[in-house]
Amino acid sequence: MPDLSSALHLAASEVTLAVGALVLLMVGAFIGDKSARLVSILSVLLLIAASVIAIVGPWGVAFNGAYVADPLAIYAKSLIYLSAAVAVVLGDGWMKRTRIAKFEYPVLIVLASVGMGMMASSGDLISMYVGIELHSLALYVLAAFHRNDVKASEAGLKYFVLGALSSGLLLYGSSLIYGFAGSMRFEDIAAFAQDNPGPGLVFGLVFLICGLAFKVSAAPFHMWTPDVYEGAPTPVVALFATAPKVAAMVLIARALEHGFGDAHAQWSQVLIAISLISFVVGAFGGLAQKDIQRLLAYSSIANIGYALLGIAAGTAEGLQAMLMFMTLYVIDQLGFFAILLSLSKSGRPIRRIADLAGLKKDRPLTAVALTVLSLSVLGMPPFSGFWGKYYVFGAAADAGLWPVAAAGLVASVVAAFYYLRILKLMWFDPPLDDIATDAAPVEAKWIGWACAAFAFPLVIVGLTWLEPLTKVASAGFGNG
Amino acid sequence: MLQGIAFYLLAAVATVSGLLVVTARNPVHSVLWLILAFFSSAGLFVLLGAEFLAMLLVVVYVGAVAVLFLFVVMMLDVDFLKLREGYARYLPLGAIIAAVLLVEMIIVSVAVVQGGAAAGLPAPGAPDASVTNVEAIGRVLYTDYVYFFQAAGIVLLIAMIGAITLTLRHKPNIKRQNPGDQVNRDRRKSVEIKPAATGEGVSAEELL
Repeated sequence: MPDLSSALHLAASEVTLAVGALVLLMVGAFIGDKSARLVSILSVLLLIAASVIAIVGPWGVAFNGAYVADPLAIYAKSLIYLSAAVAVVLGDGWMKRTRIAKFEYPVLIVLASVGMGMMASSGDLISMYVGIELHSLALYVLAAFHRNDVKASEAGLKYFVLGALSSGLLLYGSSLIYGFAGSMRFEDIAAFAQDNPGPGLVFGLVFLICGLAFKVSAAPFHMWTPDVYEGAPTPVVALFATAPKVAAMVLIARALEHGFGDAHAQWSQVLIAISLISFVVGAFGGLAQKDIQRLLAYSSIANIGYALLGIAAGTAEGLQAMLMFMTLYVIDQLGFFAILLSLSKSGRPIRRIADLAGLKKDRPLTAVALTVLSLSVLGMPPFSGFWGKYYVFGAAADAGLWPVAAAGLVASVVAAFYYLRILKLMWFDPPLDDIATDAAPVEAKWIGWACAAFAFPLVIVGLTWLEPLTKVASAGFGNG
Repeated sequence: MLQGIAFYLLAAVATVSGLLVVTARNPVHSVLWLILAFFSSAGLFVLLGAEFLAMLLVVVYVGAVAVLFLFVVMMLDVDFLKLREGYARYLPLGAIIAAVLLVEMIIVSVAVVQGGAAAGLPAPGAPDASVTNVEAIGRVLYTDYVYFFQAAGIVLLIAMIGAITLTLRHKPNIKRQNPGDQVNRDRRKSVEIKPAATGEGVSAEELL
């Protein structure tokens, strides 16, 4: 096959990661669990290298249209790989502290990144499915990574069973689409859908959207999210909340706009319904939570609703808004989880919201960082979360979806309550006991502070280069 | 004619044995019925001219998966009677789901017949008689589908890493086999010749 070398050149970032993961696996297998630190460092370097390769690499389509390297894929991949690298760094310190250092953790994250890269640049139904399975299988294992912890095992099992169910939905939808359109490639499906998006195709499309909504934990397919966020180890949740969400959102955008561009009327309704339900579930479900990670799970459900709204708009501006929103959201979430990792009392991580009481006395800088991040996720101007929502609501309103955007605005006001509760506890309530928090691990502390610094004031500078970047990414979409 | 008879026979056996998998009281019998269902499906594949798939079904499903099921059923102490307790309670729900599935399948079949589905597209041409199934698959597996094939390989690798990570425990105080030591052991290291005077016998202390 003469074009194999050019195809491999296009897919160089995935090839690098896959080969690198195999090498790291060998290093780990021969040195043993002592090598966890070494493998972690090498994995971070590998992930950074892969994102550089993706950025400088050529654009194009390979493997009969199954692999698309366009600006959208490249943008998403660099975001995915870098946030996966942060999760490796956070996980390395966490494993050392809980004394379960294992070299498989970074290797699994690297392999999951291969799958997420495949998702971000998939041009047909098979590569979409294989990419999803590749990354979710690794994530199931990571969720149960702390295997002596009952909750972690429960989280892994729940995630696995429900993930298998969603894969079933996805496959059923894909098989219907293939049966009716006669092709796996998004391009051919789009050509078929243009002429006659019959009921069979729409049926398959709805199943496809349901399966994908499961992966991004959009309501009403969110059942697994709170339990998995609560049970899985915190650095793993930091990964769950960021890279896979970006990959799946880009995949949804690509599958729908690339594969069903002319059936926009059909799928935008489904997406709007999912967004609305996500707003409600995320905003009201979070009110009664006592565990911080469960709270963040509901917050992520609501935020995915906002991001889906950007895709539902169906315009290039909507896509750009979704990318902006996800980028800012990923940075916020990484900061949030890094700070959670840095907080512990007498060796036990702080998990209940009530335990945050009086944090300002003990750890004033961390309290400031957490305040900034909370205000940002809540969408208060001029913090970064506000800008994400600003673009999404703007794009939705331009596309005539202003009632949905208004509903989203109301939901974020409701959700504001639970972030404000955290702020009140930290700044105005007396501490529950006199025990001081433990010394914070260096890497988690700095990542948390850096993300908070980005949320404000760096975001103002960040926006000036983020906006043109996402514009290029969303404009050059589909035509590699 | 003969093909028609064979089809109906195999299809009937597959359906009935599928039903018996669910209803058999003894789980070992269930697995045996499952094997019969696999065999009949393999026969159906042969009728379709897909002999390679038939072979795969027999080798992989009958040879590996069903045998694994048998092991699991026989080795795990699962009280199947207890699992079956809710059978009557869940029957209505199961029946509803089965009915929905049936209706969906009928709708899809009708759509296909009416040409709503991909009927307008050319059907894949009958394979060249000189090309066997294996050759036809082999031609595309490492060329057109190499991307998916390699990615599927990585999926399996992750499954293996995951299984090892989640279940392998290095417990202390366990004697492990060391093949290197075993192979390197020879007569000089393991047997010692002690001189013993003739006719005097040996005592235990002398041997130590």
